[in-house]
Amino acid sequence: MTVLDDTQVKDGVDQETVDAVREVGGAYKYGWSTDIEMEYAPKGLTTDIVRLISEKNEEPEWMLEWRLAAYERWLTKVEPDWAMVDYPEIDFQEQYYYARPKSMMVKPKSLDEVDPKLLATYSKLGIPLKEQAILAGVEGAGEMPAEARKVAVDAVFDSVSVGTTFQKELREAGVIFCSISEAIREHPELVKKYLGSVVPVNDNFYATLNSAVFSDGSFVYVPPGVRCPMELSTYFRINAENTGQFERTLIIADKGSYVSYLEGCTAPQRDESQLHAAVVEIIIEEDAEVKYSTVQNWYPGDENGKGGIYNFVTKRADCRGDRAKVMWTQVETGSAVTWKYPSCILRGDDSQGEFYSIAIANNMQQADTGTKMIHLGKRTKSRIVSKGISAGKAQNTYRGLVSMHPKAKESRNYTQCDSLLIGDKCGAHTVPYIEVKNNSSRVEHEATTSKVDDDQMFYCRQRGMDEEEAVALVVNGFCKDVLQALPMEFAMEAQQLVAISLEGSVG
Amino acid sequence: MAQSQAKRSLTESRLGGLSVSAGGTWATVARNDALARVQEMGLPERRDEYWKYTRPDSLTQAEVVEAAIFDGGDKEVFDGLDRLKIVFVDGVFDADASDDFALEGVAIERLSDAAAADIHWAKDLYGALETRGQTPVNRPLAALNTAAATDGIVMHVTGKVSRPINLIYHHKSKVSDAILHHLVKIDADADVTILETGPAAARLNKVMEVDVADDAGFHHVRVQGRDHERRAVTHMFARLGHRSAFKSFTMTANGVLTRNECVIELTGDDAQAHVAGAAMGDGDFLHDDTVFITHDAERCESRQVFKKVLRNGATGVFQGKILVKAGAQKTDGYQISQSLLLDGDSQFLAKPELEIYADDVACSHGSTSGAIDDEALFYLRARGVPHGTATDLLTLAFLAEAVDEVEDDALREEIVSLLEGWLERRRA
Repeated sequence: MTVLDDTQVKDGVDQETVDAVREVGGAYKYGWSTDIEMEYAPKGLTTDIVRLISEKNEEPEWMLEWRLAAYERWLTKVEPDWAMVDYPEIDFQEQYYYARPKSMMVKPKSLDEVDPKLLATYSKLGIPLKEQAILAGVEGAGEMPAEARKVAVDAVFDSVSVGTTFQKELREAGVIFCSISEAIREHPELVKKYLGSVVPVNDNFYATLNSAVFSDGSFVYVPPGVRCPMELSTYFRINAENTGQFERTLIIADKGSYVSYLEGCTAPQRDESQLHAAVVEIIIEEDAEVKYSTVQNWYPGDENGKGGIYNFVTKRADCRGDRAKVMWTQVETGSAVTWKYPSCILRGDDSQGEFYSIAIANNMQQADTGTKMIHLGKRTKSRIVSKGISAGKAQNTYRGLVSMHPKAKESRNYTQCDSLLIGDKCGAHTVPYIEVKNNSSRVEHEATTSKVDDDQMFYCRQRGMDEEEAVALVVNGFCKDVLQALPMEFAMEAQQLVAISLEGSVG
Repeated sequence: MAQSQAKRSLTESRLGGLSVSAGGTWATVARNDALARVQEMGLPERRDEYWKYTRPDSLTQAEVVEAAIFDGGDKEVFDGLDRLKIVFVDGVFDADASDDFALEGVAIERLSDAAAADIHWAKDLYGALETRGQTPVNRPLAALNTAAATDGIVMHVTGKVSRPINLIYHHKSKVSDAILHHLVKIDADADVTILETGPAAARLNKVMEVDVADDAGFHHVRVQGRDHERRAVTHMFARLGHRSAFKSFTMTANGVLTRNECVIELTGDDAQAHVAGAAMGDGDFLHDDTVFITHDAERCESRQVFKKVLRNGATGVFQGKILVKAGAQKTDGYQISQSLLLDGDSQFLAKPELEIYADDVACSHGSTSGAIDDEALFYLRARGVPHGTATDLLTLAFLAEAVDEVEDDALREEIVSLLEGWLERRRA
């Protein structure tokens, strides 16, 4: 039962939206845990733990040095407190930094050798780790050509990658898709070149922590001119108690390549809060394009705010080459506390960054999320569309930065953020930073409507809608498009959200 | 939170040069309370989030940076208007140059006279709204003002005042460091218009606390001179009763550094707060509008309309916030900040913020920045309008939404002619 059941909803808010939000905030479907024998590193964080993680992953010396340097930096850093979130102080010595199923001590050679309990876990989540299987819940999959429905999955369970599907087929196309621990061993030249080049080791408190203790995650390399033949995805599952998950994702799209990457995450329902501090780095070279989609559904805690995941994530894409393109799409429904700002560095001329976000906070959840668009190259373009919905006693904040540097001539940004409150006990906040340092660029923060899409606007206006109605229709329609296009078949809740409209927004 | 050593010494160094009188009168008590607040908060530094875009150094350091005296040969602003003049020279009241304080519907006194009285209504207002304005964001320079203000005017408005009251600030010393604190208490159903003109000093720290009772009205038009080198930090604190109205417009032309903070609390239902500004900057110029409007009652309306025209490396800053407290249903909040960058060296830095805890409200916050629209320019040029005139016309059109916030026709026309003068001089 959620707080929403006895909430008075003001007029003008779409009933379908209220129902959809209620559904999302209802009983957490992924709250069960897998009973499996685990091996843990000792509790707490010391250089010994950093060494141990490195050793477990059979890492070369340079990687250990990198981690130890990060750990030293982390000791000097202070936890940030500027976000509009409030949670009890985290005791970083009361966490486990490494946990892996005992059956993974000897790495299985193929998916057939993976512990059936682990396979069953993913199967229950709707992600069968079998190459022939179609992901659960794919509607109309039967009508699609076989090629279109293939999704390669890297499954991360607590601190280790359990297995990666379709590796062979991807290899034939030249694409490397494996766990980051495997990449460190097998492709050190790529990892050395790119790791920490987008999110530097000392970037922020959580990123520095992650740099010291990340245990696994995914690695993608798409060679020049290659269009990745299937969707890639990583599914993160936290299972062990009192264990932090620190995953690291590194995606490199070389010149003229294309890849679409999806990420999903869930965790069991527990009374104790758990820490998740991930780093995602994306490098996009000339004419390459990356789509990165997330359905974040970590355990959000109960209606009294007990338990839940603290989700402190640093995600950044660097459009290094000219005409590079990145699109972040995120659907945020989980986590007790979210601190996350997927960002775009638009370095190459004519590069483009897009950020589409739907964040739903219910019960006692707190979300502080948004994006940064750093325009450095000429004629760079960015677009931000953020929808925040708060219900129950939740607090939902959009925080973003649009920065036009002096040399980013003739660049464009359009930002639209809407918030909707369901009930009078929650909060919705918007904290945009806008920095314009040249005059040939245009920056618009939802002030003018003409740039939504002139043709669509004209069409609507011609049919007698006033400007506001037309914008609402265009933006909402657009939002649905994004959701429906989400290739996250395993995240059915995203589909539910299609019913949501932002009618009755507060600001 | 513990203060850094640097912040503490900065604060002590600035306070060292100021005198805060001791004693048991209501005013000395209020001043010493404020002094304790400043010491507790510490003066702002560049690293402070609220000063992210504006360097506070020259406003907080002990020594005043010299500001050359500027005489543009302009006629006095609001010259033709029937008004009561109260003149300050470098932050000191000039009785000879001022009109008699007698005016129907308002009792006017000098702050020092009010402070000398054992019992005075000012006791309940002096520093009171400033203190309220310290939450949730610290404004140490305003507390410093309450502690160390050297002069000011207190006004008790009891009826509909027929003539505007014009506070005129002359700047005659290159090193003047003025700290002015005004109080305006407006009784129920009363109404007053206050004009402020002139640069005031090489460095000005000014606070105005305005308490608007039910059904009362406060109108304010301010022209911050075109003195090139002056610096100013001003705070306006207002509290609004039921159905009351607060309307303030500021025009700023030049000045090396100006930070205008406006902190308004809507505490009575159906109240209205409109704050607007038009700023034109050329060259070494930084103009910062920092506005914080708190809706704490039902059906209130607030508007923030800020426009800036910037050229030759000028910087415009806007930090605006609408806070809607739980229960402040049917709030209508509007905020727009726009800049017109006339060349590639100027910049606009904005943070248009919303914080909302009530579900049945509408708040908007638009912000745009860009150059003059080429198509509009082409349209005018094609009709034979010379380039300079066309640019001026478009600039005026851009500023119009802010200027239109001035309701009184005569005052608005004066503002428009000042704007035209500025543009013309830039073109000459």
